Amino acid sequence: MNFGPSRQVLLGLVVLSFTGPAASAAEPDRKPDRVARGEYLVKVMACNDCHTPWKMGKDGPEPDMSRMLSGHPETMPLPPPPRVAEGPWAIVVAASMTAWSGPWGVSYTRNLTPDPDTGIGKWTEQNFVDSIRNGKIMGKGRPLLPPMPWIMYRSLTDEDLKAMYAYLKTIPPLRNRVPEPLAPEDLQASSR
Amino acid sequence: MVGRTWQRARGGIAAMAVAALAPPLHLAETGLYSDPASHRVDERNLHYSPQYPLWSDGAVKSRWIFLPAGTAIDASSPDLWDFPVGTKVWKEFVFGRRVETRYMEKVSREKWSVATYVWNEDETDAVRAPDEGIRNHVEIAPGKRHDIPGVSDCASCHEGEQVQVLGFSALQLSRDRDPGAPHAEPVTPDMVDLTTLVERNLLASHPPEWASHPPRIPATSPTERSALGYLHANCGSCHDRSTSLSSIGMLLRQPAAASDRPDPVRATAVRHTGKFQLPGDASEGSYRIEPGNPARSTVVFRMATRNPVRQMPPLGTKVVDQEGLDLIRRWISGMGGDPRLIAHEREKP
Repeated sequence: MNFGPSRQVLLGLVVLSFTGPAASAAEPDRKPDRVARGEYLVKVMACNDCHTPWKMGKDGPEPDMSRMLSGHPETMPLPPPPRVAEGPWAIVVAASMTAWSGPWGVSYTRNLTPDPDTGIGKWTEQNFVDSIRNGKIMGKGRPLLPPMPWIMYRSLTDEDLKAMYAYLKTIPPLRNRVPEPLAPEDLQASSR
Repeated sequence: MVGRTWQRARGGIAAMAVAALAPPLHLAETGLYSDPASHRVDERNLHYSPQYPLWSDGAVKSRWIFLPAGTAIDASSPDLWDFPVGTKVWKEFVFGRRVETRYMEKVSREKWSVATYVWNEDETDAVRAPDEGIRNHVEIAPGKRHDIPGVSDCASCHEGEQVQVLGFSALQLSRDRDPGAPHAEPVTPDMVDLTTLVERNLLASHPPEWASHPPRIPATSPTERSALGYLHANCGSCHDRSTSLSSIGMLLRQPAAASDRPDPVRATAVRHTGKFQLPGDASEGSYRIEPGNPARSTVVFRMATRNPVRQMPPLGTKVVDQEGLDLIRRWISGMGGDPRLIAHEREKP
């Protein structure tokens, strides 16, 4: 039985209240319980479905866990996406599951490993939480693009988001510079 | 049964807490006006204008701040003013007519409550916008429509930072205003500035020199002063060491008080590379600012585009600020390839 205020009410409090001092940029809490909780959430929330490149295994396509959560491979430049006829079939996905084309342009899944230059190694816990809450890179930058389901994930509790961050800081750092996304106008320019 | 009753009671208490924190439904209930029908602003609300306005796609903006009677802003950290509980701030956006008025109220030592109010077409009422904002609300240029920001948009600039009231600071309110600041607004007799605040004892623990020497950006030329001021206002609220983006390592905010630190722009942007690479640039990394070469400066590239995945600032604007862009290009061109131009020989205030 839950005696606490509903999550909707808590969220209301969160979004209507602006906290004061910036969060500490200290190392994440690496308590085993918290990291384990983060690992569980990252796995069941299907982060690997898009942020780990897929390969063809003996039983069919599968995530290449040697490149776990490192995003779209920089060694895999893609041609412009195929044109899709007007109609309900609007989205095209690369075989790696790491590049998506749709009405928003082309998005490449980001490197979530703690590599300092190409991943989230320099991100603070606050940057990670703000990214999901605000739907923007580091909470302030360009919008997160589809298919990233931040609109659903923003309902995660602070505790769960921090646990996910804590776990991501423990996985192997992989150097992989993911390409910048493309806007629809970029695709129009490349097709001229 | 007892549990359900308790849950209902808890829900009611929590809902009341939300209602207490949530700003009023109508702008007229926030205290901005003494006579809402005529838009007469309450005399207790102080009218002000930052010397370097943020570009908002050409909106004509008006701003007011309310400080509770008998209180003062704690300026013991010259760049991180601490506002008293009960402070209220309003910013009105006019695109031909009043379109929205944004509002912040400090409701406790560490919390601000925010809202934006959307005006009806005949400007008789402004109602709090939905949390998700309103995309493409009114046309502001051919093919461009203004967005009313959602709560997450507000949070992008204001939440979680030590500086939450942007544009109300020592440098922005200095009486030593920059005549070259793009889109500078006319100063009217009813406006307060830093000197007024000091004289009225509305600032506490401020550096004593502010009374006689209001802050001014040190620079080698009028163009450089205006350029650094423009970057301060339009980029520095995020790109600063005090924000959650400090790890990016590009600092464009100017300190209000004299500092022994090197100029932040020179130290982090001029001849410094970032993560963003100019299209077609095969070098190790594109310079944020390449002296003498605005076309090879990522700051200029990102200011000059409204491609949604590359533009800077990333939100709040859909139209390039040509006047601001021209200023930054002129400043970078004038560096003549010599970064020392904005380095050691700084103009004395």
